[in-house]
Amino acid sequence: MNLEKVVFGFFIILAMTLNFGFVFGDINNPAHHHVYELFFAIVVNLIATVLKFGERTQIGAIHLASSLVADLGLLAAAWVWASAVYIEGTGLTPDVTASIVSLSVGALAANILSVVMLLVETVMFRR
Amino acid sequence: MHNTLFLILRRMRTPLIFLILSYTIALLGMTLIPGVDAQGRPAPPMDFFHAFYVVSYTATTIGFGEVPGAFSEAQRAWTTVVIYLTVIAWLYSIGFILNLLQDPSLLRVARGNRFAAKVSRLRQPFYLIAGCGETGSLLMHALDSRNQQAVVLDIDPDRVGTLELGQYQLDIPALTADASLPENLLIAGLDHPLCAGAIALTNDDRANLSVAVTTKLLRPELPALCRADSLETATNMASFGTDEVIIAFEVFGEHLALAVKSPGHHLLYEWLTGVPGDPLTDPLEPPVGKWVVCGYGRFGKAITHHLKQVGIELVVVEATPEKTGCDNCIVGSGTEARTLLEAGIDQAVGIVAGTDDDINNLSIAMTAREINPELFTVLRQNRHANTSLFQRFQPSVTMQPSGILAHEFLSLLTTPLLSRFFNLIRAHDDAWADVLISRIAAVLENSVPEVWDIKLSGGQTEAIREAMHDGTPVVLQALIRNPTDRDAELACIPLLLKRGETETLMPEPTTLLQEGDRLLFCGKRQARNLQVLGLYNFNVLSYLLTGKDAPGGKVWRLLERLGKKRAAF
Repeated sequence: MNLEKVVFGFFIILAMTLNFGFVFGDINNPAHHHVYELFFAIVVNLIATVLKFGERTQIGAIHLASSLVADLGLLAAAWVWASAVYIEGTGLTPDVTASIVSLSVGALAANILSVVMLLVETVMFRR
Repeated sequence: MHNTLFLILRRMRTPLIFLILSYTIALLGMTLIPGVDAQGRPAPPMDFFHAFYVVSYTATTIGFGEVPGAFSEAQRAWTTVVIYLTVIAWLYSIGFILNLLQDPSLLRVARGNRFAAKVSRLRQPFYLIAGCGETGSLLMHALDSRNQQAVVLDIDPDRVGTLELGQYQLDIPALTADASLPENLLIAGLDHPLCAGAIALTNDDRANLSVAVTTKLLRPELPALCRADSLETATNMASFGTDEVIIAFEVFGEHLALAVKSPGHHLLYEWLTGVPGDPLTDPLEPPVGKWVVCGYGRFGKAITHHLKQVGIELVVVEATPEKTGCDNCIVGSGTEARTLLEAGIDQAVGIVAGTDDDINNLSIAMTAREINPELFTVLRQNRHANTSLFQRFQPSVTMQPSGILAHEFLSLLTTPLLSRFFNLIRAHDDAWADVLISRIAAVLENSVPEVWDIKLSGGQTEAIREAMHDGTPVVLQALIRNPTDRDAELACIPLLLKRGETETLMPEPTTLLQEGDRLLFCGKRQARNLQVLGLYNFNVLSYLLTGKDAPGGKVWRLLERLGKKRAAF
């Protein structure tokens, strides 16, 4: 067993589960989507991205790409949240909540892809 | 490029994760610790937006103060923690990344990548030169002034640095690398389709040998030109098909003998292989008679071998005859008058100071000149650093290996026709060479000419082909006339015409040209630029041929041809 692989897998799966936890619930109900969940999803996603830096294989490149996509989705969601609440002052209306959650769902799709690739890599690894 | 990026990213993992974690802890604390409102009553903690703002300006040590409102005591306590945590993380990461950018191995990778990219972007034929010491830089200057591209490898970073500072018109890619390793030759473009040849000029015979082997194994069709210092290496190189192996001493001996036999031929050689634009050299006229050769090493042997062939009487002075295998020579170093007198310096016409010690050579020559001021002095210079001493002494000839090698390589590289030319002129006597010399001198106004060849086929000579297609006879004269004024001649001389297997030296201006002819010219650069006009511009060519402006378009030309036919009826 390789500790590096454990840490790597841990962060990728954690990024997906946190992301899933955040988007789970009614799409336009702010009570179902907690800010801390979004925060941790972003942090774990960033760490997962950094862990994927410097992989030279083709699958490593796709890993990095999907992580960057997830980061982008989640950071966009955070930006929409911040601008709605503090800059424009509209607050978490159902419209705003829906767009935050749908951006995060996009990120979730990228995260699921990451996990699928992790599994594919594991299955192909025959030693 | 990508390799460098991956290397940076991989090493940046730790500092980046450290940075993310410290930000996370700081942000979390900020959003959990209760604040205080303007009236001093407890207020809810900061939201993420403001927490991120506060942590961002704290971590980067910008420090705006307590924004947006005064902090509670608990928040202040946490901010203290945040300062130490994030500032350290930030400085550590930035410091690490800056360090990374200066990492020697990374810089080397980056330089190698830049070099490889430059080489692969080359769009004109280039020579791969291994070793840019004295010979290499002389050769490169000459190639550069002839507009020929080169790529350079050298093991010494200082020399590569000097190269970057050098005044070259072309951008010459250079890399500090060991040329004896095949991978470095590949990076330098040995497998590039436009690589025109490999030239090994390092001062290490083994490295030159390995360049030759690599070239002949990987690209057998490419010419490999090598410098060799010993005869064994030279025969070894020649054994597997190295195209040209040049031993400086042998070449010098040959040329000195040529200068004795026929000063004109020697001068022609010097002029046509020099760096274009340099002043023309004066003829060397070594006297025939008795010569004294001091030092019977590799140089002395080469000299005696060649001078004996042209019938010069030689006396050899050697300090260690048993070591150098020299029988019936005078024992001594030659630096003292006694030995020189014993060798008969007072009746001699020339002296060769050819030991491997510069100071001894100077001392020999000075002593000899004191006894016999009329002597023709040949000095061997081993180290470039002593140039000022040798210039001051003003010997008749200085044998400097780098200059000789550069000349010789250049004559091989410029055009294959040039070495054919030198082969052909051997059949002619000195008087013939003198006539040619005076012609060249008249045209060139005392500067080394450019030498170029033209092949009458393909896109470069479009106009000639069209004219021949039209049935217009094209005479050589058209290429020597000035396109701006037909009555004036260009400052160039046709040296050789090669048609199939027949070669004509100094073709007459009235010669009719045919498709596929190859011509060798020497002359001023300006003349060459003007000549090109007539080669690919049909209107210019027809003006040169007939003195009239030809009809420009295809239709007009067709009409004119029809008109001619009708007139014939």
